[in-house]
Amino acid sequence: MCLAVPGRITDIREERSTRMATVDFDGIRKEVCLAYLPDAAVGDYTIVHVGFAISKVDEESALQTLAMFRDLGVLGGELR
Amino acid sequence: MKYLDEFRDPVLARRLFEEIERITTRHWAIMEVCGGQTHSIIRNGIDQLLPEQIELIHGPGCPVCVTPLGIIDKALDIAARPEVIFCSFGDMLRVPGSRKDLFQVRSEGGDVRVVYSPLDAVDLAEGNPDREVVFFAIGFETTAPANAMAVHQAASRGLTNFSVLVSHVLVPPAIEAIVTSPTNRVDGFLAAGHVCSVMGTWQYAPLVERHRVPIVVTGFEPLDVLEGIRRVVAQLESGRAELDNAYARVVSETGNVAAQEMLRDVFEVCDRRWRGIGEIPLSGWRLSGPYLDFDAEARFDVAGLDAPESSLCRSGEVLQGMIKPNQCPAFAKGCTPHTPLGATMVSSEGACAAYYHYRRLDGPPAAELTVV
Ligand code: SF4
Repeated sequence: MCLAVPGRITDIREERSTRMATVDFDGIRKEVCLAYLPDAAVGDYTIVHVGFAISKVDEESALQTLAMFRDLGVLGGELR
Repeated sequence: MKYLDEFRDPVLARRLFEEIERITTRHWAIMEVCGGQTHSIIRNGIDQLLPEQIELIHGPGCPVCVTPLGIIDKALDIAARPEVIFCSFGDMLRVPGSRKDLFQVRSEGGDVRVVYSPLDAVDLAEGNPDREVVFFAIGFETTAPANAMAVHQAASRGLTNFSVLVSHVLVPPAIEAIVTSPTNRVDGFLAAGHVCSVMGTWQYAPLVERHRVPIVVTGFEPLDVLEGIRRVVAQLESGRAELDNAYARVVSETGNVAAQEMLRDVFEVCDRRWRGIGEIPLSGWRLSGPYLDFDAEARFDVAGLDAPESSLCRSGEVLQGMIKPNQCPAFAKGCTPHTPLGATMVSSEGACAAYYHYRRLDGPPAAELTVV
């Protein structure tokens, strides 16, 4: 229920005055409500809980984290 | 970038394991609060690859597991009524009540349906005006925004045949209950990333300050979990207790403000009983005054139903980290996913189910994450 993986928004439309999106989870497509993520755009990755997009995945932050992991072995003790 | 494979990279996992090994000098007990993290830890064998001094304690963050037996019995009672279409998330169907489960109610003729989103239940109510549609609104802060929106939409569509059986629970009061317990041995917490994506990290600052305990907001992929552990250990080893966010690609300090506003409108904080654990003050949400018309407990007059827990099931101790699932005498014997005695054996986020599924029957099993 809380274990959500990121999916990619492929399409956005209005349905009964609610913003809805199609989200692709590695080939599986789901209809998702965007009411809580009004500024989401096609191409964004989002975390979805029981049919609602809750947060966007921030690419820059993801890349930073991965870069930090890559540096771990090299920098060793310098990380706190 | 798919945000999945990248955070399962075995080469980087090895670096994290080595770094944790390098900085660890003594025993630390770290609780992962969320059942999704428990699952990731057991599936990938993370607990077995960590230095021996690092003990992972599995926390109570499995929504299905902590929904009290009394509420399950209420659900079974309501679902069996001929006028009712009872809608639930799929994981709830096998959760044992005191005598049966929702599957059995369905096989006996009850109209029990699994929905993906609570909005599907609202649509069902609109399409079936001659039936009563009841949605089983359980879960932590992650499912609550969706459930709140369903109630809000039912109200704005003027539906009178829709109601919700609410049993929402909240993470911060559970952490508070754990750290203040006289038997507590948790040194630091991995906070549940997706709960924080809704509520923000700000809710945890007072806990860190009051109890001087490190809390690191953590994601679910193997590297996320390892990074959460690394940051907790780093704090503990240097005597610090801070709130930290190891899942910044998804979680912000403020969280999802629109969702929080909806939650404040539709729900209000209440005391809540947790299955196997007992009552925790101010640890849940119930419908707020303006939405009481949507309360299924009142509509079907089941508020008085109550039930004691099975004496065989030790899920309360499992959920509080006092025993590991395979230390329960019934584990994998009287209790399996097909014949569950407790909810922790049913849910995909339950610790007993994770141990059973990944063959932690007693000795060390094969791990899925091959660290190269
Ligand atoms: S193994 Fe079964 S009986 Fe034992 S604590 Fe887990 S759910 Fe309860």
